[in-house]
Amino acid sequence: MINDTIAGISTAVGNSGISVIRMSGPEAVLIADRLFKGKKRVSEQESHTVQYGKILFPETGESIDEVLLTKMKAPRTYTREDVVEISSHGGYTIARALLNLLYENGARPAEAGEFTKRAFLNGRIDLSQAEAVMDIIQARTERVSKVAIKQLEGDVSQRLNQIRESIILLLSGIEVNLDYPEYDAEEVTINQIEQETEKIIKELDNLIKSFRFGKLLREGMEVVIAGKPNVGKSSLMNRLTRKNKSIVTDIPGTTRDVIEDYINIKGIPVKLLDTAGVRSTHDIVEQQGVERSLKAISDADLIIVIFDSSREIGGEDQSIINKAKEEQKPYILCFNKIDLIEDEEKLEALKMENPHAKFISITEDAGIEKIEESIFNFATENNQDIDNQVLITNARHEHQLKRAKEYLETVLSNCKMRMTLDILALDLKASLEELGKITGHHADEDVVNAIFARFCLGK
Amino acid sequence: MTSPEGILGLIFIIKLTEHIKVRSVKSMSDFTGGEYKIIVVGAGHAGCEAALAAARLGHKTAIFTINLDSVANMPCNPNIGGTAKGQLVREIDALGGEMGLAADANFIQSKILNRAKGPAVYSLRAQIDRRAYSEHMKLVLEEQENLDVKQAEVTDIICEEGKVKGIRVHTGTIYLCKILILTTGTYLKGRIVIGDSSYESGPDGLLPANKLSDSLKKLGIKLLRFKTGTPARINERSVDFSKLIEEPGDDEIVPFSFMTGDLKKEQVSCYMTHTNAETHRIIRENIHRSPLYSGDIEGIGPRYCPSIEDKIVRFADKESHQVFVEPMGLGTKEMYVQGMSTSMPEDIQIKMLRTLPGLENAVIMRPAYAIEYDCIDSTQLDLSLEIKTIDGLFFAGQINGSSGYEEAAAQGLIAGINAVMKLENREPLILTRAKAYIGVLIDDLVTKGTNEPYRMMTSRAEYRLYLRQDNADARLTQIGHDIGLVSEERYSRFIKKQELIGQETERLKKTILPPSKEVNEFLRRHKSAEIVTGIRLYDLLKRPEIDIEYLKEIDQYSDMPKEVIEQVAISIKYEGYLKRQMIQIEQFRRMEERLLPEDIDYKNIQGLSLEARQKLDNQKPQSLGQASRISGVSPADISVLLIYLESRKRKNKEKD
Repeated sequence: MINDTIAGISTAVGNSGISVIRMSGPEAVLIADRLFKGKKRVSEQESHTVQYGKILFPETGESIDEVLLTKMKAPRTYTREDVVEISSHGGYTIARALLNLLYENGARPAEAGEFTKRAFLNGRIDLSQAEAVMDIIQARTERVSKVAIKQLEGDVSQRLNQIRESIILLLSGIEVNLDYPEYDAEEVTINQIEQETEKIIKELDNLIKSFRFGKLLREGMEVVIAGKPNVGKSSLMNRLTRKNKSIVTDIPGTTRDVIEDYINIKGIPVKLLDTAGVRSTHDIVEQQGVERSLKAISDADLIIVIFDSSREIGGEDQSIINKAKEEQKPYILCFNKIDLIEDEEKLEALKMENPHAKFISITEDAGIEKIEESIFNFATENNQDIDNQVLITNARHEHQLKRAKEYLETVLSNCKMRMTLDILALDLKASLEELGKITGHHADEDVVNAIFARFCLGK
Repeated sequence: MTSPEGILGLIFIIKLTEHIKVRSVKSMSDFTGGEYKIIVVGAGHAGCEAALAAARLGHKTAIFTINLDSVANMPCNPNIGGTAKGQLVREIDALGGEMGLAADANFIQSKILNRAKGPAVYSLRAQIDRRAYSEHMKLVLEEQENLDVKQAEVTDIICEEGKVKGIRVHTGTIYLCKILILTTGTYLKGRIVIGDSSYESGPDGLLPANKLSDSLKKLGIKLLRFKTGTPARINERSVDFSKLIEEPGDDEIVPFSFMTGDLKKEQVSCYMTHTNAETHRIIRENIHRSPLYSGDIEGIGPRYCPSIEDKIVRFADKESHQVFVEPMGLGTKEMYVQGMSTSMPEDIQIKMLRTLPGLENAVIMRPAYAIEYDCIDSTQLDLSLEIKTIDGLFFAGQINGSSGYEEAAAQGLIAGINAVMKLENREPLILTRAKAYIGVLIDDLVTKGTNEPYRMMTSRAEYRLYLRQDNADARLTQIGHDIGLVSEERYSRFIKKQELIGQETERLKKTILPPSKEVNEFLRRHKSAEIVTGIRLYDLLKRPEIDIEYLKEIDQYSDMPKEVIEQVAISIKYEGYLKRQMIQIEQFRRMEERLLPEDIDYKNIQGLSLEARQKLDNQKPQSLGQASRISGVSPADISVLLIYLESRKRKNKEKD
């Protein structure tokens, strides 16, 4: 049963700076060799040693990340299979990109608890732990499927179902021709199949792109910190990234360019942009900075608009909100420097006026977690918590959408070659099966049901 | 452990066994008519295959039928084969069954369906002379060594301590047996409905079996009530053929059996006509008189063969439906009106029929009817077709909720074989979904169950490209031979064919065509890309546009038999897809081979979902693969089972 190679992220999602991607199975070394460039080929690397190198896109040779690669030959490994572990320091965006590469090169997304399952089946884990292993599998699966269903709710699931329906419609039209050749159903022509398949591929493509979570993981979410000069944008940036990348001074207009950094909020990769304070200025360099800030706002997924609570909220503050509204961008209002408000009542009044705003003090490190929470909530919309099982589930869904697309592309090329209907049906059904793995539907039953629902067959 | 129903059943069994012990074994008044190893109840398509297989494998067998003049009757459509069904017949034949041979001997028209749609779905179908077929099969039974053929209504099943002991027939006579195979078709509590008239009856005017259902219930077996129907038969003299469209048979006849050589026969035609607005109006205006709509029929009918009134109601926007008029045989003027199955009263039936072009003066010989009957919930069976709760009791055919002669025959053959395997303490024959349509059929019935009469369709088979009608012998004849049903003659033919296939494939791999003018002209002629270097015939054949027949134009073509050429062509042309299917089959096979011991206590396996615990406990699947197809058992449950199996294995090792 166990003969393929699986891969997954094995570090917890969160604030760890390093992600470890684990790959286990007979082809682990082979797959690693396709992507890794170090001093030695992975196949020549000694077992249980670590090597420094780069992961490259095999087509372009472009480097994704610098990594440490650990090779462990069977049987002295966790799963008792060949294991390759890749430690990357790029956070989740990079880890996800690496994982995708592994999937594209022959590994399969690991099921919930699958490493542990293999470890047990291969005799690595003690008999006394068998029940614990079973519990892990079931518990993780239940949890993941709950979250997966949540993720699939709404638009994505609707579109996914529409695509499934389109395939079922097309396929049942073909199948009725195959199973009831003398029934007076219209014969589906190859041209029809071709056109319909093209349409479905387009829809599937859009879905893959908009698979929100996947997109989020692939590209990260862009969050722009905006505000007029000297309200604490750079301080917030540094606080969120826990670095001192942005120069913080008391002098307004210090940040003159857009500064970027990646952070990871509970598994969501976020590209954070610190911008120059927006104000009218005669300084040419600063002017350019302001322009870039406005540009960043129009490109962002989310804007954090910071005010200085100790000062009056004025026209320049308002202009940033207006800009966000104009661009139809979601924003979080954030009142900084609440420590400077001595009058409790004044603060309460401010809070009353702005019920959705966040009140923070960066110097006193107060309320920062509320900002992180808001970003996270925005990203996930509903308050679901996320762990790496969910990420992997998500990776698996995306993987399956892509597989479904590949089968449909084969249908197209087979149409061009004028292959017979039985073969065209075969790949159509395979694509339906891939989608069924996400939604839990059985392709065969669906098609048979559709045949009976759509056509009137009888003796 | 057991569901309330199961416990009740158990009590019943115990009560009945005590009861029968007194009545059957200790009472001296009962006459024992005979003692057999295997008894088959019902001589339809399932019963005949079961009895023949059992007797041919050397066991003393008896077959009982309610009427000996209706052996292997076709109470519905007079044809055998068709999509998926043709594949079933081929498989029955490859295993050493009878249906293919009987069909070849008695067909009156033959056709290959789906010629242009690809080898996975080529299907053979033949119109059959119904009476001739029945007589033919009766004679085969009568001539079979080890087989007694008897007319009687079986009324009781005799069990002792959960084990089959024999049967009692309507006269009170007892017959003892080790194994009992029930193939009672649609006879159990059969009830025919025509309009507002309904009466107890088997199909085709034969007697129903009214008592056996109760005997099954007493044994704790869960019954379902299904419904099916058949159209009217009309007299050929009343048909105006000038208004019908003729549908002749194929010029070249392909036999069902791998044993039948070249077939030449005068064929008769079928005819086509259509319903029209007038037909539909009559049906709509009288829909309240259809028992299907008045609620008089409770049984669940199949979706794939609805009655004409069903079609009009469900597909209201369809203006016309095809109707085929088919001969019932050479020695009769009866014709079958396919497409007009109905349970409308007779006066409406006549009105409906006479709206069809060509049938304006149609005279009905037998009216259409709907029939309700008892069948068992097939999930009570294991994959060998033995019921899990009673030792030695097998079921096959329509009693298992299937529909169709071919589906019945396929199950009958397997039940007959497995009855013998059980007697001889050999492993049962379980064909998997990756081996045969028979496997798909039985697995669907046993693992998933059915809530309507189950018809085989090619779209139900996952590995359709491999489960073709042309390679049924390659898939199954070796198995049939190992079992002992395949004759030496059949076997040596099979071996010879496989050798020729190997030789021809090799030759095509070795023969290289040069990029000559002649070859490129040939390629142009067939709209295929020209070549600049030599090409193997093998590779040329992979091009979709190059048919193996074309090669005659450029190749020193060998005179291999047609069936060899066909096999070679398909395996080369579809090599990539076949390989892909073989990889899937390999994965599938691994799951099927992980057997689940019978004594697993699913209710106490930690980590299994609650639903899975219940379903697995109820069905007790035979393998991990089978478990995975039970609805409600998730992939995670399968993982948990894997871990459970492994830890069980280790625990057992520790004990040793």
